[in-house]
Amino acid sequence: MAEIFTDTIWPWLVFIWPWIKIPVLILVIIVPVLLSVAYLTYWERKIIGWMQLRKGPNVVGPLGLLQPFADGLKLFLKETVIPSGANPIIFLLSPMITFVLALVAWAVIPFDEGWVLADINVGILYLFAISSLGVYGIVMAGWASNSKYAFLGALRSAAQMVSYEVSMGFVIVTVLFLVGSLNLSDIVRAQAGGIWNWHVVGILAPMCVVFFVSTLAETNRAPFDLPEAEAELVAGYFVEYSSFPFAMFFLGEYANMILMAGMTTILFLGGWHAPFPALEFVPGIIWFALKIAFVLFFFLWVRATFPRYRYDQLMRLGWKVFLPLSLAWVVLVAGIVEFTGG
Amino acid sequence: MPAETQIKNLTVNFGPQHPAAHGVLRMVMEMDGEVVERLDPHIGLLHRGTEKLIEYKSYLQSIPYFDRLDYVSPMSLEHAFVLAAEKLLGIQPPPRGQYVRTLFAEITRLTNHMFNVPALALDIGAMTPLLWACEQREIVMEFYERVCGARLHAAYFRVGGVHQDLPAGLAEDIMLWAEKLPAFIDDIETLLSENRIFKQRTVNIGSVSAEDALAWGFSGPMLRASGVPWDLRKAQPYDAYADMDFDIPIGKHGDVYSRYMVRIAEMRQSLRIVKQAIENMPDGPVMTEDGKVAPPKRSEMKSSMEALIHHFKLYTEGFHVPAGETYTAVEAPKGEFAVYLVSDGTNRPYRCKIRAPGFAHLQAMNFMCKGHMLADSVSVLGSIDPVFGEIDR
Repeated sequence: MAEIFTDTIWPWLVFIWPWIKIPVLILVIIVPVLLSVAYLTYWERKIIGWMQLRKGPNVVGPLGLLQPFADGLKLFLKETVIPSGANPIIFLLSPMITFVLALVAWAVIPFDEGWVLADINVGILYLFAISSLGVYGIVMAGWASNSKYAFLGALRSAAQMVSYEVSMGFVIVTVLFLVGSLNLSDIVRAQAGGIWNWHVVGILAPMCVVFFVSTLAETNRAPFDLPEAEAELVAGYFVEYSSFPFAMFFLGEYANMILMAGMTTILFLGGWHAPFPALEFVPGIIWFALKIAFVLFFFLWVRATFPRYRYDQLMRLGWKVFLPLSLAWVVLVAGIVEFTGG
Repeated sequence: MPAETQIKNLTVNFGPQHPAAHGVLRMVMEMDGEVVERLDPHIGLLHRGTEKLIEYKSYLQSIPYFDRLDYVSPMSLEHAFVLAAEKLLGIQPPPRGQYVRTLFAEITRLTNHMFNVPALALDIGAMTPLLWACEQREIVMEFYERVCGARLHAAYFRVGGVHQDLPAGLAEDIMLWAEKLPAFIDDIETLLSENRIFKQRTVNIGSVSAEDALAWGFSGPMLRASGVPWDLRKAQPYDAYADMDFDIPIGKHGDVYSRYMVRIAEMRQSLRIVKQAIENMPDGPVMTEDGKVAPPKRSEMKSSMEALIHHFKLYTEGFHVPAGETYTAVEAPKGEFAVYLVSDGTNRPYRCKIRAPGFAHLQAMNFMCKGHMLADSVSVLGSIDPVFGEIDR
């Protein structure tokens, strides 16, 4: 009997175990992320509502808490309209790309010490690569829709995301100089010991601002929401989408927002570390979530406050202000690291 | 392989159902990438034949049509029509009636600018000011409701005065509101006036020189933003404007930002007029005593047969206006709004031509937007404050 187990069942189990464990782990990450996306839309509407002297959603469920599910259900039940001039395969493929890319990036995010699905050594490069790929979903959507508004929106978006990734890349390089590792957990560990050790304090403070503004542009949020500027392009690249493909764009966009807030937290706000050593008894995951919520609040606050940039002004800011500034900081930080030995 | 390649401009159809078209404007834009090469506004989608309809209505029945022309500033447009009819009739409202009309014309100007300035901000992408302004507009709508029973389509100004006197307590409430409103204007200004993005989006966009502004037939804030100090309230005062002390704000550059600033400054000046009108309001009737134009008092009708007959005739046949013609203009919030009224001596206008300021402004869209980017054409459109009720008539 025991021989049967060791000879046949055990090798099988060893082979099958990862196929059980990894999907479960993925679900453990994806489900809370999607729930957060749902409640991010709720909080966006609530917070902007308060800033605009309105109440926000307050009818569906207590305090309007079921509103995201009502919206999701509505989108599920609608008909998926594919315009007759559109290329149906690419048209349906692009929201999937956007959505999947927004989710796979979470694989390398460390939620707490050791709480990470894939603790790879080039984590930051992986994140950067995934967020750069996001532009494909948008360009393909704009092209496949066969609509002028969507096409203009996709062109704007492609130019914008590519431009701001350049300066984002240099900002990340400054952080890497200080930390000396591409592993996201190592970057967070380097900021242990309280708020004064976080990268946002000190030499990297301007880079944190540049990074945050670039993430606004990267996620197509106000004041850089030109690809979907409703005053000009009605909705931009997803103007022809309805029902579930639209919901996937929407979920992908908001998941990206949370991801970018998470990246800001990891790079500059000390990840899972408490702001003061005395508060370390609170689990790291809670600090991580709180910090993400803090950064996301800025996303919403900015949206309620600022007008929208024009296309050329946005390019000017990216190439003529952020790029030289972040390049100069790369040189500065490299010099400091070289002469002080890190 | 072709010897030469033809490059065709991208033609974008902007509207008629577009979130930034301010109604049912359709603009056909020829674009070189993001740059507008040619812009062709197509109007007429909201044409209801108002001018022709008025020819078949009595003078009293014509007034509601003016509410529905520019539904953002209804009372100002009634004002032009009743002034024109009064001119042909050769009557003048009593002083209190003139003051009440001036008061409400200025309140209407405030609501109009309170809606246009945030709408411009919304076109540029700032959505918060509009929702703040909606709260203030709601208060004004309540004033409208208290004075005439309707929130939007007032039909309050009548030939010979206004329909009813102010109800008790309204003047005090308007005064309280006028004390608080500057804080609201300041709030809007903190969000926009010195905001770098807002300035980048508006300064030197759609600039019009003073000569061009006159040549294109601009009026109102559009003309004053270009530096021409022309305001009908000062140039040819009507009703109680001659007694009011106020300034005419003018701009320097004639761009979108100047127009925004002129409107903000005009709101503060209008508040001055509102306060003066309430403080100096004389007592007395609000409607002319001329029994051939104004309906008799309710109490008289209970006992006097003549009064009852007059009432019946006035509300069925209406009053007859002596033959003649007049071009009467008022300084509506959007510019010079005028009525060219021809009477043939009957109870109905023979012709009622309406001069809408938005029409003259809209024809300059191509002139103002050429060479700018797509996003700028939206802010220029927002700055000319178009309302299609009056443009399409």
